[in-house]
Amino acid sequence: MATKHSRMSARLMISPAVLLLLGWMLIPLSMTLYFSFLRYNLLMPGMEEFTGLTNYRYFLTDPAFFAALWNTIALVVGVLVVTVIGGILLALLLDQPFFGQGIVRILVIAPFFVMPTVSALVWKNMFMNPVNGLFAHAAKALGLQPFDFLSAAPLGSIIGIVSWQWLPFATLILLTALQSLDQEQLEAAEMDGAPWIKRFFYIMLPHLARAITVVILIQTIFLLSVFAEILVTTNGGPGTASTNLTYLIYMQSLLQFDVGGGSAGGVVAIILANIVAIFLMRMIGKNLDA
Amino acid sequence: MGRITLDKVRKAFGDIEVIPPLDLTIEDGEFVVFVGPSGCGKSTLLRLIAGLEDVSGGQIRIDREDATNLPPAKRGLAMVFQSYALYPHMSVRKNIAFPMKMAGLPQDEQERRIEGAAKALNLTDYLDRKPGQLSGGQRQRVAIGRAIVREPAAFLFDEPLSNLDAALRVGMRLEISELHKRLATTMIYVTHDQVEAMTMADKIVVLRAGNIEQVGSPLELYNRPRNVFVAGFIGSPKMNLITGAEAAKHGATTIGIRPEHLAISTEGGAWKGEIGVSEHLGSDTFFHVTVDGWDEPLTVRASGEVSLSYGDTVWLTPNEANLHRFDAEGLRIA
Repeated sequence: MATKHSRMSARLMISPAVLLLLGWMLIPLSMTLYFSFLRYNLLMPGMEEFTGLTNYRYFLTDPAFFAALWNTIALVVGVLVVTVIGGILLALLLDQPFFGQGIVRILVIAPFFVMPTVSALVWKNMFMNPVNGLFAHAAKALGLQPFDFLSAAPLGSIIGIVSWQWLPFATLILLTALQSLDQEQLEAAEMDGAPWIKRFFYIMLPHLARAITVVILIQTIFLLSVFAEILVTTNGGPGTASTNLTYLIYMQSLLQFDVGGGSAGGVVAIILANIVAIFLMRMIGKNLDA
Repeated sequence: MGRITLDKVRKAFGDIEVIPPLDLTIEDGEFVVFVGPSGCGKSTLLRLIAGLEDVSGGQIRIDREDATNLPPAKRGLAMVFQSYALYPHMSVRKNIAFPMKMAGLPQDEQERRIEGAAKALNLTDYLDRKPGQLSGGQRQRVAIGRAIVREPAAFLFDEPLSNLDAALRVGMRLEISELHKRLATTMIYVTHDQVEAMTMADKIVVLRAGNIEQVGSPLELYNRPRNVFVAGFIGSPKMNLITGAEAAKHGATTIGIRPEHLAISTEGGAWKGEIGVSEHLGSDTFFHVTVDGWDEPLTVRASGEVSLSYGDTVWLTPNEANLHRFDAEGLRIA
């Protein structure tokens, strides 16, 4: 019963939760904004002073910033491409009836439950290590020169590690979407003379559009802030070759003790993330309607 | 054109044989209805003909050519599904064009056929809409349109009207019958609704547990059901089936008499009984009469309004000429 009374009391009763969440968001945000206008270095405590936009000027003109921006984009796009395409292929595979389907499905989903630090360390030490890693052994067994993944292709290696973590997520969502496809539609297309590949492009892929949108949106949010994998593998290096924005902000504020500069970087990252969000919603958000 | 022959066609899922070897010939241009209760294998049989299921044995011939192992697309058949199976992300135009696009027909030929189908099915105003914006009946017509433009050797309908409301169903029934008269193409139609079967079919195939119980024209099945199952299945309301002493009097295990072949009287007759529920349809009135000493009430039709009410005592007299007699196996006695 939506009477005036019940609406009033409903608002009254949800207001504590709303206020709490609002404060939870607003207080750190406004403190970051405030710090970003201060000359604030942890090595010189008590000497904070207002410096206007200086922090922003330094952060935005830092050559590392552009490298980090580019790396962030490459990381997000790279992982998205691998997980969406790989996820679709895996989902198609897992949708087929075969022996041991249940166990295989659990195995496929397993990487998602491994902590990022752990999985990155496992990749770094057990697979990609040029001396002891499995890949090095495999290369030597074939008589090839072992490839030093993390020094020679640091960003590519990190894309690989992060993709491995996110592939299960994409697979899971795309698999459920694929299973919700009306079989009669596929049969109708079969009767209409569409071979498998055309059924995939004309029927399955459009049906998956919404799920792909969800995967892209959710993954983008998390991929913009990839941090642990970089910290435990390359430390952003060599140079800035695998530094993304998150990692650059970490370096600024915690390795160089420059809280002001780090906060300015944080604000820049928020703005960039919002620009990305707007573009994403414009481009693919319409898939979520209806 | 569209003559379909099933020769000892058999279908088993694992150990379970859903269709024992079965022979059937569907003549070119015929409207054949497969009818039977749920789970009788009628949809499976249709899917075997369509090629969506592989046969476990036997041969399917379309126009004398062996089509047993042909993929569905190569059989030249078009199917209309129960769920319509329209492609939701395509406009009506693209839905109808899809089979032609797959066949690689020239653009102007596609346009011409789409226009033709849209005009025939009253879809011209909806060509640019998505299926989600159409009513059930319109979706059904789009599905039929998608089948027509292929100019198939035969149409296959899998319970196409069961998702429509009663009024629409009657209308679509007529439209499909009309379409058949106009195109004169073979149509195979699966339904569990015997009214649809009776009204539309040239030939009805009654199925039970994968077996063909009887094949014939609607009136043949109605007037001379081959066994008790067909007798009970065809006709609405159902034929009254009587067993026991009364049947033995007529030299049968079971006798059947249709509701319209029982005369009802308040003065006297063969069987004395008491009126239970009565259904007044205006043109007819159906009485459920419990005859003394029998378990099953009999259904009786009386023309027009008859003023009898619950609990009245009446006498029923069967029209001997229309009495159906069945033996212990349930088969008709001449």
